[in-house]
Amino acid sequence: MSDVTDTESLSAPIADTVDNPVSGIDQTAGNFSYKMDYEFDAGTGLSEKTVRYISTVKKEAPWILDFRLAALKQFYAKPMPTHWATKDLENINFDKIRYYLSSGQKPKRTWDEVPDDIKKTFERLGIPEHERKFLAGVEAQFDSEAAYSNIKDIVSKQGVIFVNSTEGLREHPEIFRKFFGKVIPTGDNKFSALNSAVFSGGSFIYVPKGVKVAQPLQAYFRINAENFGQFERTLIIADEGAEVVYMEGCTAPKFSTSTLHSAVVELVALKGAKIQYITVQNWANNVFNLVTKRGVAHEEAEIKWIDCNIGSRLTMKYPGVILKGRKARGEVISIALANDGQHQDTGAKMIHAADETTSNIVAKSISVGQGRSTYRGVVHIPKHLKGCKNNTECDALLINSNSRTDTYPAITVRGERNSVQHEASVSKVSEEQIFYMQQRGLTEGQAMSLSVNGFINDLARQFPMEYSVELKRLIDLEMEGSVG
Amino acid sequence: MSQPSSPLATSATGSFTPELFAAHLASVAHLPAWWLDRKRAAWDRFTALPLPKRTDESWRFATLTGLKLDGYTLPPAVTPAELGHAPIGIATAGKLVFANNRLVAAEPISAELAQQGVIFETLQNALLKHGDLVKAHLLAQPPKQGSEKFSALHTALLADGAFVYLPKGVELALPLAVFHYAAGPGAAVFPHTLVIAEEGAKATVVDFFRSADAGAHFACGRNDLYASHSAQLTYVAAQTWSRESLSFQSNSTVARRDARVLALNLHLGGRQSRHESHSQLQAPGAHSEMLALTVAHGTQEFDQRTLQIHQAPHTSSNLLYKNALLASAKTIFSGLIVVDPDAQKTDAYQSNRNLMLSDDAEANSLPGLEIQANDVRCTHGATSSRIDAEQEFYLQARGIPKADADELLTFGFFEEVLSKLDHAPLHDALIDLIKIKFNPPV
Repeated sequence: MSDVTDTESLSAPIADTVDNPVSGIDQTAGNFSYKMDYEFDAGTGLSEKTVRYISTVKKEAPWILDFRLAALKQFYAKPMPTHWATKDLENINFDKIRYYLSSGQKPKRTWDEVPDDIKKTFERLGIPEHERKFLAGVEAQFDSEAAYSNIKDIVSKQGVIFVNSTEGLREHPEIFRKFFGKVIPTGDNKFSALNSAVFSGGSFIYVPKGVKVAQPLQAYFRINAENFGQFERTLIIADEGAEVVYMEGCTAPKFSTSTLHSAVVELVALKGAKIQYITVQNWANNVFNLVTKRGVAHEEAEIKWIDCNIGSRLTMKYPGVILKGRKARGEVISIALANDGQHQDTGAKMIHAADETTSNIVAKSISVGQGRSTYRGVVHIPKHLKGCKNNTECDALLINSNSRTDTYPAITVRGERNSVQHEASVSKVSEEQIFYMQQRGLTEGQAMSLSVNGFINDLARQFPMEYSVELKRLIDLEMEGSVG
Repeated sequence: MSQPSSPLATSATGSFTPELFAAHLASVAHLPAWWLDRKRAAWDRFTALPLPKRTDESWRFATLTGLKLDGYTLPPAVTPAELGHAPIGIATAGKLVFANNRLVAAEPISAELAQQGVIFETLQNALLKHGDLVKAHLLAQPPKQGSEKFSALHTALLADGAFVYLPKGVELALPLAVFHYAAGPGAAVFPHTLVIAEEGAKATVVDFFRSADAGAHFACGRNDLYASHSAQLTYVAAQTWSRESLSFQSNSTVARRDARVLALNLHLGGRQSRHESHSQLQAPGAHSEMLALTVAHGTQEFDQRTLQIHQAPHTSSNLLYKNALLASAKTIFSGLIVVDPDAQKTDAYQSNRNLMLSDDAEANSLPGLEIQANDVRCTHGATSSRIDAEQEFYLQARGIPKADADELLTFGFFEEVLSKLDHAPLHDALIDLIKIKFNPPV
C-alpha cells in the first residue's frame, strides 16, 4: 500500500468493466437464413436521402416526411447514452446498416396469397402447421413490410382497426395522428429518434369504445438480411372501456455482423380501458435490440407489459407506464435470460401522474455462463399526489460462478401520502434441489432446467399457454451445456 | 490555472485560487516533501477536473446549482472560548478539538495507553513522527463515487486532523472523540480522521462536525478506517454543520481478515451535504456494518452514496440507511453492492428506509447491485412511506396526542439503527442531538 501515490486518479466507473464476449460464440446453431429478393432497398447508411427514399416508396403524406426529417436531426444531435449504459453501444456502426428493405408486396389478407418464400420462413421458425392456422389473427412482419396480414373477421366486425404503420397513417390519420409520437416523443432518446426517422412496419391498432377483443392479436417479427435493422412502429389505442391483448414474438436468423433492431411502441389506454402487451424476444446473438416502449393509462385504465427477453447481443428495454388518470394501474412483468455473450439490460418505468395510481413491477432474470442481466428501473411519484403505491420486486438467479447480474433502480417519492417498496435478491440454484432431483433419476441438466423453470414459473404462467410452452422450450435449450 | 470568474458562469474552482493554495502550502512547508508533492498533484487535479455535470450518473438527482465554490476562505485561527465548545457528557479516552483547520484543545490519552503504543495525535505530528506509518495509509483509497474533484481539494488543502493508531491486541474501553469546528463567515474546513487498527485491536472513535456560528461554511472532509486481522472498529460521525453550510464528506473503510467495522453517520446539519462511503471487504471473515440516520428539515438536501465491495470469499456487509424527511427537504440514497468474481459466499444486505413526514419532501433511492459471483446472498430493499397509520391509531387510542405519537414512532424508526451501538452514553448523546433538531432551542 505504501507505494500508492495517485490517490485521486480518475478511476473508471465501477460499472461496465466486463466486455461483451460476443466474438468467439458459436453462431451456427439456429442458422436459418435464405436468399431474398428485395424490390425496394434503401442501401446502407443513413442520410436525408435515405429518409426521403423510404417516405417516397411508402407514398407518405408530407407531414410524415417532415416528421421523419425532424427526427433525423434529433438522432444526429443526441449523444449515445453511454454515460449510464454499456459501452457496447459504441460497437453499432450506423453506416453499415440497411434502413429499409421491402419485397414490395401489398399486405396480404389470406394465407393462400402469402408467397411460398415467406411461408418457408414460418416453417423454419418452427411454427407447426396447426399452430399457423391458430395464428389466424396474425399480422406477421417480414422484414420491413407486413407480408402477411389477416385480420380476423370477427375483429373487424367489432370495428377494430388492425393495420401496419404505413396503412394506419395513410388510411386512418384522423384516429392515429392524434396519438402518434405523443406517448414517446421523437427526442425521447437517440434510438426513438432513429426509429422516428426510418420506421416501417409494426402494428397500428384501434379498439373502439367498449369493445373487448376476445382473442389476442399477434404479430411475428423477423430480421432477414445481413446488417439490416428493423425499425417497426406500433401504436395501440384502446378507447374508453375497451380491452385488447397484443402479442409479439421475435425470432431472427443468425448473422456474423451485428444487426440493429430499434422499435418504438406506444400504447394509449383511455378511460377504463385495458391493454396487455406481451413480448417474447429471441433475436440472434448478434442483434442490438434497443426498444422504447411506453403507455399512457388514463383514468381507471390498466396497462400491463409482459416482457420476456431471451435472445440478442444487447437488449435495452424498459417498458413504461405513465399513470395519467386517477386510479390508473400499470404493471410490468419481466423475464430475462442472458447466456454467454449476451447482456439483457431490461427493467421498467412507472411515472405516477395522478392520485391513487398504483404500479407493480416484478422482474426475474437468469444469468447463464458469462451472461449478464441488468435490471434498471424508474419509479417516480411527484409532488402533491396522494394514495399512490408502487411495489417492485427483482430476483436474479445466477447459474454459473462467472455469471453476472446488476440492479440499478431509481425511486423518487415526494410527499407523505404515497408509499413505495422495492426489494431485490440474488441467488443461485439450490444445491439441495438439484441433489434431490438427481436422486430421483434426473440428469444434472434436467434438474437445472426444471429448477430454472420453477424460478420463473409464477411469471411464465401469466403468458398465454402457447407462449409459456415456447418459453419452457427455450429455457431447456439455453440450459443445455450450462452445467457439468 | 484558475478560470476567470464571470458573474454568469459557475467557476470550477470558485474561491479556491492559486494564491490561496500557495498560502496554504507555505503554512505547511515544514511537513515531509512526499506529502507536499502529493498536495501539489492533488491541486492540479482539483483545478483540472470539472464540477459535476447533469449527465454524471454519480450525481443523479443532486442539486448541482448548490455546489458553487464561491464565497469561501481559509479562515483565521480562533480560540476555544470563541467557539463556545460544548462538552458531550461522555467519558472519553482522549479528545482532540480542531477549529478552522488547527488544533485548539486536546486531552491526550493516558500514559498507560501511550506506553502500549496507542497513538492519538494530530495528523501534522504523526506526519513528522510516524512518517512511514502515515504514508502507508493516508488517503490510500482513491475515491470512486463521483467526488474526485472534492477529494482532490481535500488533499490539497488538508492542514490537520486526527491520527489514531491502535497496536496489536490493544482494546480501548472508552471512545476517542474528535471535534471539527468551522467558525466565521465563509470558513472552509478540511476535517480528516485516519484510524488504523492492528491485529485484534478494538476501539471506538467519534467525529463531531460542528459550526461555531450560523454562517455559511464549507466543509470538505475525509475519514478513513483501516481494520487489520480481527480488529474491531466502531466509528461514529455526528454532523451538525450550520444550516447554511455546504459539505462533502467521504469515508473509506478497509476490513481485513475477520475484521469487523461498524460506522454510523448521523446527518443533521448543512444546507447541502454529500456523504460518500466506500467499504472494501478484502479478506475472508471481514464484516462491515454501514449505518446512517438523517433528519432532513427545511430545504436541506442530503446526498448519500455508498459502495460495498466484496473482494474476497466469505465476507459480509450490512447497510441500513434511514432518513426522516420534514418540510421540503430532499434526500438521495444511492447504494451499490459489488461482488467480485471470486467473492463466493458473500452475504450482503442494503436497505434504505425513508420516513416521509411532510407532503413537500422528496426522497430518492438508487439501491444498486453488481454481482459477479453466483454463490452469494445479496438482497436490497428500499421503502418510502409515512408513519404507519395503525401504529399511530394504537398510540392515539391510548390517549397519546398525535404529535407525541408521531415523535415516538419517529424515534422508534431511528432506534433500529441506534440500537446497533453497544455504547449507551454515545447512543443517548446521539438521541439528544436528534431531539435538538426536532425541537430547536428558541
